[in-house]
Amino acid sequence: MKRNGPLSRLFILLVFLFLYAPIFVLIVFSFNDSKSNAVWGGFTLDWYVQLFQNDTVLSALRTTLLVSFLATLIATVVGTAAAIGFYNMKRRPRGILLGINNIPLTNADIITGVSMMLLFVFAGQALASLSGWLNNLEWVIDANLWFDLDFNLGFGTLLIAHITFDIPYVILSVMPKLRQLDPNIAEAAQDLGATSLYAFRKVVLPEIMPGVVNGALIAFTMSIDDFVISYFTAGSQESTLSMVVYSMVRRRVSPEINALSTLMFVAVLVLLVVINLRQGHQDAKEAKRRKALGAPTIAPESIMDITTENVGREPSER
Amino acid sequence: MKKLLVMVLVLSLTAGLLTGCVHSRDSLGGDTSSNVVNVYNWGEYIDESVLDDFEAATGIKVNYQMYDSNETMYSKIAGGGANYDVVIPSDYMVARLIAEDLLAPLNFDNIPNFADIDPALKNPAYDPENLYSVPYMWGLMGVIYNAKAVDEADLGSWSLLWNEKYAGDILMIDNSRDAIGIALKRLGYSYNTTDEAQVRQAVDLLVEQWPIVQAYVMDDIFQKLEGANAYVGTYYYGDYLTMYENNPDLGFYIPEEGTNIYVDAMCILKDAPNKANAEAFINYMCSTQAGLKNCEAIWYSSPLLSVREALDPEIADDPYAYPDADIMAKCESYAGLPQNILDLYDSEWIRLKTTTGNFWGLF
Amino acid sequence: MKSKGIAIPYVVWMAVFVVAPLVVVVVYAFTNRDWSVTLDHFTTLGQYAGVFGRSFLLAFVATIVCILIGYPLAYFLARERGRLRGMAMLLIMLPMWMNFLLRTYSWVFLLERNGFFNNLLSAIGLPKLDIINTSGAVVLGMVYNFLPFMVLPIFSVIEKIDPRVIEAAQDLGADSATVFRRITFPLSLPGVLSGITMVFIPSVSTFVISRLLGGGKTLLLGDLIEMQFLGSAYNPHLGSAISLVMMVIVLICMGVMNRFGEGEGEAVLL
Repeated sequence: MKRNGPLSRLFILLVFLFLYAPIFVLIVFSFNDSKSNAVWGGFTLDWYVQLFQNDTVLSALRTTLLVSFLATLIATVVGTAAAIGFYNMKRRPRGILLGINNIPLTNADIITGVSMMLLFVFAGQALASLSGWLNNLEWVIDANLWFDLDFNLGFGTLLIAHITFDIPYVILSVMPKLRQLDPNIAEAAQDLGATSLYAFRKVVLPEIMPGVVNGALIAFTMSIDDFVISYFTAGSQESTLSMVVYSMVRRRVSPEINALSTLMFVAVLVLLVVINLRQGHQDAKEAKRRKALGAPTIAPESIMDITTENVGREPSER
Repeated sequence: MKKLLVMVLVLSLTAGLLTGCVHSRDSLGGDTSSNVVNVYNWGEYIDESVLDDFEAATGIKVNYQMYDSNETMYSKIAGGGANYDVVIPSDYMVARLIAEDLLAPLNFDNIPNFADIDPALKNPAYDPENLYSVPYMWGLMGVIYNAKAVDEADLGSWSLLWNEKYAGDILMIDNSRDAIGIALKRLGYSYNTTDEAQVRQAVDLLVEQWPIVQAYVMDDIFQKLEGANAYVGTYYYGDYLTMYENNPDLGFYIPEEGTNIYVDAMCILKDAPNKANAEAFINYMCSTQAGLKNCEAIWYSSPLLSVREALDPEIADDPYAYPDADIMAKCESYAGLPQNILDLYDSEWIRLKTTTGNFWGLF
Repeated sequence: MKSKGIAIPYVVWMAVFVVAPLVVVVVYAFTNRDWSVTLDHFTTLGQYAGVFGRSFLLAFVATIVCILIGYPLAYFLARERGRLRGMAMLLIMLPMWMNFLLRTYSWVFLLERNGFFNNLLSAIGLPKLDIINTSGAVVLGMVYNFLPFMVLPIFSVIEKIDPRVIEAAQDLGADSATVFRRITFPLSLPGVLSGITMVFIPSVSTFVISRLLGGGKTLLLGDLIEMQFLGSAYNPHLGSAISLVMMVIVLICMGVMNRFGEGEGEAVLL
């Protein structure tokens, strides 16, 4: 293909300016020695100090990381298993299940959030009335038992919601790898005496590992960045970072927020650059070994393969 | 093996949700609550160091969350699934929560500091026998304007909020009771009218105002008025004092048609998991030390007599913070409304908010 | 490896946490506060036609703008050299890892009357612009937040086009405009279609962007729904009905678009 001329380069530059201008302004003003967001009042690091004394922000950060990590872990295991199960199904049931699997992806976040909130609240009330009914039963009274079945929105519901919207990404990321898999290999391993579990661990898993890792990365990203679904399902006890930011930006805006976004930006930048460098390095030298080990690839294709499949069509042939 | 693992994971997750579960009946009545209190308060409505003081004094951890209007708080509670202990709604919302049986009666033996509450604020209309609520703060609502941008001749009435001269510079309050109330007052009606036609007429007036409003705001008003991103707004006097500290161009007046006097009161929800801790919290908030700190942070009027005595005379004698009989005569408080009017408020509020102006509000 | 059984936990999970919640929404939508069956929520939906219209219009405009910016960007980036291209894709994705509320909020801060942008304008002697709290600001927020979702799928599809196909066309005498019109563009359509889905759906249902950048004046469907559940006019039954209708309309739109897109794609490919 032809290279880009100066005009197209300029266009690229302008779009990047649009994408990054707000972020850079936030970063600059995180060092501003004034509460104002418009007037420069000198250099300071106070906002960073205050940020780290802010319990609300820190505990929200903890909740966010914990929920994202656990949700990713569970979603990756359950999702990979489900993908393999789906793959082995007949065409028709597989199509139906994949269709349902697509619901959280294609539905608006707000509907996913609201519907889960209604379900949780409904389940909580049903359980409460169930325990009320149980407590009036004669044998329960005789046995001196007291049922206190109840649950409220909280960490548990938050985690369930995150797992629910994470799993589809894992499945969509593992499925293509399964399709590429030669079914004869696993059979060959079994013919040579491997148990099916051993064959899975030694033969299948390494082959689909890049898909699993990509799925996990996408799931983690989605969890970390989610606001809407958490907002509806977290209840009164837990706040994720996004929820804290939301309540902060709707009140008086504190430059601590700028400090927070700067730190997040730098963390992500460093992470990506390191991964990218490592990957480039490996690409050049040990591409083969890396493939065998199934090292993480955070290549742009990972998310894009998902997005192309999002509408339920096959990804275009390579 | 893997199947089993996944099953176990799913099951343990589900089980983990069912907190509590089964105990012996004998263990009932004992304080099974944890060492936390879940407080749900307005945003920008406390000196947060008071929470640390409370934690240090009692060892009870405060889980503190904020809302931006009574209606938002009501949604969160009525929706279920939330388990707050202490909420701090305004008068009319206290009445509604009592009417809907959502509050627990307080044990005043555990709240000895209640004695310090101004007797004028005890046994209020919203809680006639004073069973459910302890006043937290009170105050007046009024108009806040930027003296550099607004002509003095235009001041004095609620109609400033409808003045086309300031189109695009006006901030309207973003909750149904206050906004519809302002329009009712401007029309010369009572805040507590139960005449559906009057409410509709008031909302018509708000729809008429819609094109010249820059934004509907609650606590985001601070930043917008302080930064002169808008020039006219309406909010609470205590918050005006806070804004004035940051922008001395700002002025405040009580509109001649009359305004709202409100009390925000601490209540305990009926299904609160930590009632004892909640009462300890309420009692602590009624101490002179905490009251003074809060008062100096948010500048609202304190219901505590000892706090008023200890306050800087400049604020203690402020005519709007602790108004005299003349100003009080112009004030009306919100009362609880019957269900049909509450429903009407909701649907009319949506009517206002879904106003789209010309061509779906694009211009 | 042949076992289908290991999908069972997730099938159960989907039944409980994907299907059941939607059933609950349907139940709420067709009942009243006292749980009697009613169609009132749907018959009165007419009064929200303006909000539906505005939401779909703004989301449509945002999607079009995203295509107009995103397609050329993806196309140009796909033509860049490997290293630069990798860098650029990284830079496109980087903001996605930052909190989207923070990114949206930074626009408030840029666009306010006495915000950064206007201060810049007045410093060089230009009049201030009132952009914040308008529909335009809301569209800007949508484009800003969702542009990467348009660029990424288009890029991924263009990148995978076999260069030999293009070379073959050129050998057969096609100029670059023809190559684009007859080969690159048709082959990139699937990417555009998934980009549209990924921009349109979050745009039409957002409530954060309209709240922060629209000043509570530009109420969208998301705001209307949020208002009924956790906002200022509690009525989950009406909220469910609005959610349901929105969901159905979006599904129909997407279905029609995909059908249309598929037909188109095949026709050109043939």
